[in-house]
Amino acid sequence: MGRPGAGLPLPRLTVRDTAAEAIAGIVQRPGRAGLTMLGTVLGVGAFVAVLGLTATGAGQISRQFSVLEDTTVTVADNGPANDVAPPGTNPRIGFPADADVIADHIKGVVAAGVWWPVALPEGTNFSASLALSGEASQTVNLLAVSPGAVKAMVPAMVAGSPLSTYENDTAQHVAMIDTSTASALGISPARLPSHPAVFVNGIAYTVVGIYSSAQRVVSGGSAMLIPEDTALADYGNPQPGIGTQEEAQMVIATKTGAAEAVSREIAAAELPTDPHRLVVTPPPNPLKLQGEVNGDLAGLFLILALISLLIGAVGIANTTLVAVLERTGEIGVRRAVGARPRHIAGQFLAESTALGTLGGLIGTCIGVGIVVIFAAAQNWTVVLNPVYTLPAPLIGTVVGLLAGAYPALRAARTSPLAALRHA
Amino acid sequence: MTAPVIELRGLARTYPGPPPVPALRPADLVIGAGDYVAVTGPSGSGKSTLLHLLGLLDSPTAGSYLLDGLDTSKLPDRDRSALRGRRIGIVFQAFHLLAYRTALENVLLAELYNHTPRSTRLQAAAGALGAVGLGHRLDALPTTLSGGECQRVAIARALVNQPSLLLCDEPTGNLDSRNAASLMELLDQLNSGGLTIVIITHDAAVAAHAGRTVTISDGILSERIRAGHG
Repeated sequence: MGRPGAGLPLPRLTVRDTAAEAIAGIVQRPGRAGLTMLGTVLGVGAFVAVLGLTATGAGQISRQFSVLEDTTVTVADNGPANDVAPPGTNPRIGFPADADVIADHIKGVVAAGVWWPVALPEGTNFSASLALSGEASQTVNLLAVSPGAVKAMVPAMVAGSPLSTYENDTAQHVAMIDTSTASALGISPARLPSHPAVFVNGIAYTVVGIYSSAQRVVSGGSAMLIPEDTALADYGNPQPGIGTQEEAQMVIATKTGAAEAVSREIAAAELPTDPHRLVVTPPPNPLKLQGEVNGDLAGLFLILALISLLIGAVGIANTTLVAVLERTGEIGVRRAVGARPRHIAGQFLAESTALGTLGGLIGTCIGVGIVVIFAAAQNWTVVLNPVYTLPAPLIGTVVGLLAGAYPALRAARTSPLAALRHA
Repeated sequence: MTAPVIELRGLARTYPGPPPVPALRPADLVIGAGDYVAVTGPSGSGKSTLLHLLGLLDSPTAGSYLLDGLDTSKLPDRDRSALRGRRIGIVFQAFHLLAYRTALENVLLAELYNHTPRSTRLQAAAGALGAVGLGHRLDALPTTLSGGECQRVAIARALVNQPSLLLCDEPTGNLDSRNAASLMELLDQLNSGGLTIVIITHDAAVAAHAGRTVTISDGILSERIRAGHG
């Protein structure tokens, strides 16, 4: 070969043979291999599961954060700084009489109006006209609503029509009721043309419309809606102040993406002299919501995943070291039949790396499985970022490689003689 | 006179102390191709030290060791490894078989580090096992083999690379008398085929098989020349 020295071809171990020896070493002791891998399996599994669950959860939040919420702004009347109303009465509501029209002038507003729950004395009973002789056994909320508020609620009408501006301005005794209240009072939608009435503590309100549901304000529960001006005439001003549950509020339906801008302008437009009396609640920011979920839980779990990986590395390092000490005889035999120190090191390094990779693969499968099962149980869509998930087994590879380095070096340094004496 | 396979010139090994132990005092020895040499001596006399030096498992502290005319004491580890793999076969008293590998795989291990393709290796390993009479036990694990069979696997492993020198360290030490006799018969046959054999033993019956007997006592090597041989 033209080489000084022995003139013999140098001993060599091909990559394929190294891999075959490593796999043989693992397969021969499956139980030990499984236990050795456990730390890596847990670490990589936790890593994949945390990232997958976080992504899936964040995806779900964006999904649930629907267009409806994104286009709703609410404004509450917190009351005047100095209550100048005579004792026993409430101050005028903070919103001006033409609040609906003012809001309509703001760019991006689709519909807006004022509403409040009318405070009724204990034991108020709702009953239908004598001809129908029904009585509502359930609790019915009586709400005062401006025409704009009715539009912003987007009620789904079953019969009749929503409360009109004319009815409000002339303080008519009319009402809109929901289908369940209607059936409790024995008012069927078909009877609407005969002008049935609902008596609230003796005051008759002609039912002009029956709705089945609404997108805003009265989305849940039964409610009877009467015009704002009618309510002011019959029951006086509502109690101001957030927390009373009776304060006047404004509900604003906006175009998509306009809610933020509307929130900024509405208070000053409605009440230029005292804008701080009105408390504006814009829709929650979905990006911020996601960020909070990502930031808190994911950070914690990633630290846990890293700790498991570290434990996994220590586990592989320890087992490989024990294997090196246990297999000194084998090292001696291999050296006796021509293996060079690098071949011995390569073999042990390949074994630990293969164990790490296998652990990483199993861990990734388990992690993905957890995300899939969790998402299925929640009826969520699985969101897995391939950029993190696909290379995840390589984390195990790196762990195995690093963990095997020292034991492999120890093995390579073992003198063949000492190895054979030990065996 | 045949060309020497082994030539020792003042070869010595002293284990560093304190106090330093001169395990092998400067020794000269020439072993020709096809020689059958027994190294005898009491325990601790330096027999194993000599075998380890001959097998290139250890390095001398003085002198030189020529294997096939090549001075091994000046070679780097990679060339010593190459020589171990190609020119020398070693058989140990404790067999040193890998417990989880079959007889065939144990023999294949010796071919792992040379440059032969896998199919050639398989053929050679099966052939070597056939030559020691184990052609029917290729897939047997060492745990299912008798001591004699294990030692035959070890011999097949030592011979699979067709070395010019076979070193045996107490090869019958772990065998009963029947298996020992059968093994010695095998070694005799191999020697008749032209293989150079150096066998370390404290058993006079085993030593009797060899044409030459070298004795070590307190690290000093000496040879009795027998009548009718040489």
